Amino acid sequence: MEGVWTRWMLRAWVLVILLFLFIPIFLIFLYAFNTSNIESWPIPGLTLKWFSLTFEDSEIRRALMLSLQVGFLATALALILGSLAAFAIHRMTWFGREVVSLMFILPLALPGIITGISLQAFFSFDGVHLSLWTIVVGHTTFCIVVVYNNVLARLRRTQGSLIEAAMDLGASGFQVFRDITLPLISTSVVAGAMLAFALSFDEVIVTTFTAGAQNTLPLWIFGAIRLGQRLPEVNVVVSFVILVTIIPVVIAARLTGGGGAARVPAAR
Amino acid sequence: MAAGDDSHRPALRLQGVRKSYGQVVAVAGVDLTVEEGEFFTLLGPSGSGKTTLLRLIAGFERPDTGRIELGGRDVTSTPPYLRDTNTVFQDYALFPHMSVADNIGYGLRVKGVSRQPREERVQRALKMVRLEGLGRRRPNQLSGGQRQRVALARAVVNEPEVLLLDEPLGALDLKLRQEMQIELKQIQKEVGITFIYVTHDQEEALTMSDRVAVMSNGQIEQIGSPVDVYERPATEFVAGFIGISNVLVRDGVRFVVRPEKIRMLAESETADPGMTVEPGRVEEIIYVGMTTRYLVHLDRGERLVAVRQNMDALGDAQKFQGRPVRLAWTAEHTYVLDKGR
Repeated sequence: MEGVWTRWMLRAWVLVILLFLFIPIFLIFLYAFNTSNIESWPIPGLTLKWFSLTFEDSEIRRALMLSLQVGFLATALALILGSLAAFAIHRMTWFGREVVSLMFILPLALPGIITGISLQAFFSFDGVHLSLWTIVVGHTTFCIVVVYNNVLARLRRTQGSLIEAAMDLGASGFQVFRDITLPLISTSVVAGAMLAFALSFDEVIVTTFTAGAQNTLPLWIFGAIRLGQRLPEVNVVVSFVILVTIIPVVIAARLTGGGGAARVPAAR
Repeated sequence: MAAGDDSHRPALRLQGVRKSYGQVVAVAGVDLTVEEGEFFTLLGPSGSGKTTLLRLIAGFERPDTGRIELGGRDVTSTPPYLRDTNTVFQDYALFPHMSVADNIGYGLRVKGVSRQPREERVQRALKMVRLEGLGRRRPNQLSGGQRQRVALARAVVNEPEVLLLDEPLGALDLKLRQEMQIELKQIQKEVGITFIYVTHDQEEALTMSDRVAVMSNGQIEQIGSPVDVYERPATEFVAGFIGISNVLVRDGVRFVVRPEKIRMLAESETADPGMTVEPGRVEEIIYVGMTTRYLVHLDRGERLVAVRQNMDALGDAQKFQGRPVRLAWTAEHTYVLDKGR
């Protein structure tokens, strides 16, 4: 048993790390309400004026629209491809299975810059113009992984005899899927989709290489910070991105019973 | 069993059924006929092929060779969802996302039975397994024994030609298991469906079955009534697997004497005329509640187990410890192992 002193030190250490992680995020939220456009302490007062300015800005609204489009499209593609891959790998018994499984997971572990550069090289080699669809393709590569991981984990936890029991009771292949398999994996599919959307919505690196002349929300932030302009609006947009990203992650973690789902985005 | 009738149609017939997984032969050529309404048990140790045989009948596995008939129809290559069998799984396999009533009604639903008659049959099934009023619960809100009943009701409600039960009482504690044994037998009589029951528990097999097939190494060693397999075991394996086997060789003949058929004589007692008497010494005394077991080392070498009911006051048994005794039995209580291996 560790002593009282050790326990208090551990608690303090955990607190320090949590503060280190979350104070910057808290500061951005605070600056979004700052009356001054200069970020310095102490802030002179609180205001909502940056919010109305931000939402009236057509450039920001175009970036938001693009981010939402990319997010929904990449999520939809990832849902189809990721669940199908999970089903295939779950059923397969041949020896190449682990290799194929690793290849599906790799895009999430690989640095985004490698995915980005190779995709850009591929697109220019094939004469594909960078557009909404090239961003979607780029995002789909890593969105597949979270759907795949979630669905596969659920399939592995599901009692195998349930499918046999349904067949035994007279259900055909389609009926088994509709009545048993789909309801049992549905929450993991939804969780996978939410994580995929969250990943796509705040992605910068792969997007940089596949976006062409358009800006997604994170790209707009990146550009604005680099030029050092319109920082109050940046804070508002960043706060918005954080919320849109965190909410689905929390819901996903609840759907899959914590732990498993939350671990996945952390791997990136 | 009624046989020789021209219109005779057994519930199940297996002919030369074999199944192997790579090098391992799970079922090594089984011929079997089960009659309509029979309670038939496949009894054997783990790895004897009894569960594989059940899965072959259900259609989850296909035999390498051989033929499977259900109600006179060849179903050897029919998928499970088109076979007139239902299974009670060892782990129950209840659908966790459905209520108890929906679980029980699932088979009727996929067969297109409309709502009204389906609900009536589900209610009847719930009543049969004494779970009235629990239809709306989820499986995870039930106890082990209750889940077992739901699994049974879910299978019986479809009134299959043959009901397959894969060690259905294996997960229950002893008391509940004994209660369920009686209840299962009653339900089977009530619905009149052919039951094929897989177990490794010899007591369970003897208690419930009309006939028992004792399996070992993928083959059937003996098929017969509980009395047959217990009193007249065909092989040494059967003698050893069912009950305590006392195998002796006298004058070149191998035979079995069951422990409860042996009389243990005290020094002053004399045997009845016609009894075989052999002297020995009590090596061990095991008190098992209703009876006491005596392990006797015969002077001629073998060890025999004799059982006595505990009619006397406790402690009486101990007086035999280490003492010389004589064991006596009659010829009619011995059974010769002519097919011994």
